[in-house]
Amino acid sequence: MRIQQIFLAAVAVLASAKVSTGAPGGGTVTGKVTYTGTPAKSKPIDMSKEPSCAAQHSTPQMTESAVTGPGNTLEYVVVYISAGAPTESTPPSAPATFDQKGCHYAPHVLAFEVNQELKVVNSDQTSHNIHPLAKINREWNKSQPPGTPPFSEKYDKPEFISVKCNIHPWMHGYFAVLTTSHHAVSDPNGDFKLPDLPPGKYTLTAWHESYGTQTQEVTIAGNETKTVNFVFTAKPY
Amino acid sequence: MDLTKITKSQIFSVAILAVLALPVVVSAQQGQSHIGKYSGNASTGKELYYRYCWGCHGFRGDGNGENWLPTGSFAYGPYLNIQPRNFVAAAFKCRSTPTGTLPTDEDLYNTLVRGINNSNMPSWITLTAQNRADLIAFIKTFSQRWKTDKAGEPINVPAEPALTLDSIKHGKELFTKLECWKCHGPEGRGDGPSASTLTDSNDQPIRPYNFAAGSRFKCGTTNHDLYKIFMTGLDGTPMPSFADVVKPEEAWDLVHYLRTLQVTHKSPELALWMSTKEGAEYVAAQRIRETPTGSGVQ
Repeated sequence: MRIQQIFLAAVAVLASAKVSTGAPGGGTVTGKVTYTGTPAKSKPIDMSKEPSCAAQHSTPQMTESAVTGPGNTLEYVVVYISAGAPTESTPPSAPATFDQKGCHYAPHVLAFEVNQELKVVNSDQTSHNIHPLAKINREWNKSQPPGTPPFSEKYDKPEFISVKCNIHPWMHGYFAVLTTSHHAVSDPNGDFKLPDLPPGKYTLTAWHESYGTQTQEVTIAGNETKTVNFVFTAKPY
Repeated sequence: MDLTKITKSQIFSVAILAVLALPVVVSAQQGQSHIGKYSGNASTGKELYYRYCWGCHGFRGDGNGENWLPTGSFAYGPYLNIQPRNFVAAAFKCRSTPTGTLPTDEDLYNTLVRGINNSNMPSWITLTAQNRADLIAFIKTFSQRWKTDKAGEPINVPAEPALTLDSIKHGKELFTKLECWKCHGPEGRGDGPSASTLTDSNDQPIRPYNFAAGSRFKCGTTNHDLYKIFMTGLDGTPMPSFADVVKPEEAWDLVHYLRTLQVTHKSPELALWMSTKEGAEYVAAQRIRETPTGSGVQ
């Protein structure tokens, strides 16, 4: 009888001590991504070949190989935990949505997880073909005429994939397919935030489509917020 | 025997049977090929590859053969306009399987038999069927995909319906709605608004097919081949798959219409189209008098 009671008590203790990743109330890493040097100037895109898209832009859409902000900040930098966190076994159920609007990919860089549903939407009055140039994952190419419903795809390996539309050669985007749920893309102010980090020693990786990849180590204990900034070297071309 | 007591060895044997009964993932079988009654072997294929193929397709099977880009102190520039297939990347144009999936052994075999029309890939009917099967088995060793990915499932191609003017008209509506003309041009001459800026997946310039010239399609000459081209896409090129947006029955209407754009190639579709006033006027307006070399080849 006594052994049974001790056994039940032990089970109760173990059950309550369940460790979950991403538990609310964990630590946070925030930071800003900036650059030194001179970045290439964004150039206006001529969409006259596609009048239905040109009409949607009161000022021309600018090229996005290096999108900068005041204070030398960099947008569209993917920051994620590349080591120290367990690989996610189940991807989020919500899809990652990639929209084609005004002959422009929104968002320009989409970060999502391995096996997470990628939902591709065509909000334009023209056809687009979605052609992600995957080298590790499978390369596929699908047409999406105007008025057709969104379609879904997924990738089973981590990779940074450049996405193009062959019909509209100025359209460029990226998929960042990651094995971690701890990822963020820097906003127009260069800021990013990775919340809900369990205590541990992590490697943070920052990726920019033109300026390469950088890593930094960060250790989180308890509920603290740590600041990690990245500085990229810009190139004028 | 006491049936209420389960012995350890009984549990063990049930466990073994359970494991064996698990579904086996059928990979695309790297290193082997099966086409009809022929089974190919990669080690035999290897000798054939390094005799016949590597000049274009490269020592490493990545399409960087010396016929394409010679090594040396400076490059003479590519000799071949369309780069040879990169077997390491394993994205193939001529398939019966959906975009982004591996071709079947038969797809690869057919490519060896036919060659790739309008490219430097010749027809290899000079080799025996067994040779070709062995070559395919070896080509599949260049990419890990043949081990990790499932073989693609060939798309379902319904029987071709009767050829009617309605079918051709509906095909024309599809051509407009799906905006094929953006690249192929309104008369299918390969002069659409986006044609001049097309690049393939290696950023090399590439041109869309010109229907009016009437030459053979990249992946064949029949209506069935044409059907597969736009329902599976030509992977590695700008030509996408329309399988998600065209119903299989409707796709045949588009095939019939596309044949009427091939104004120099004699086909039942063109003949039917030209029997109408509209069709006769259209073809006359194209002002093509001579049939280009090769357009009549079946």
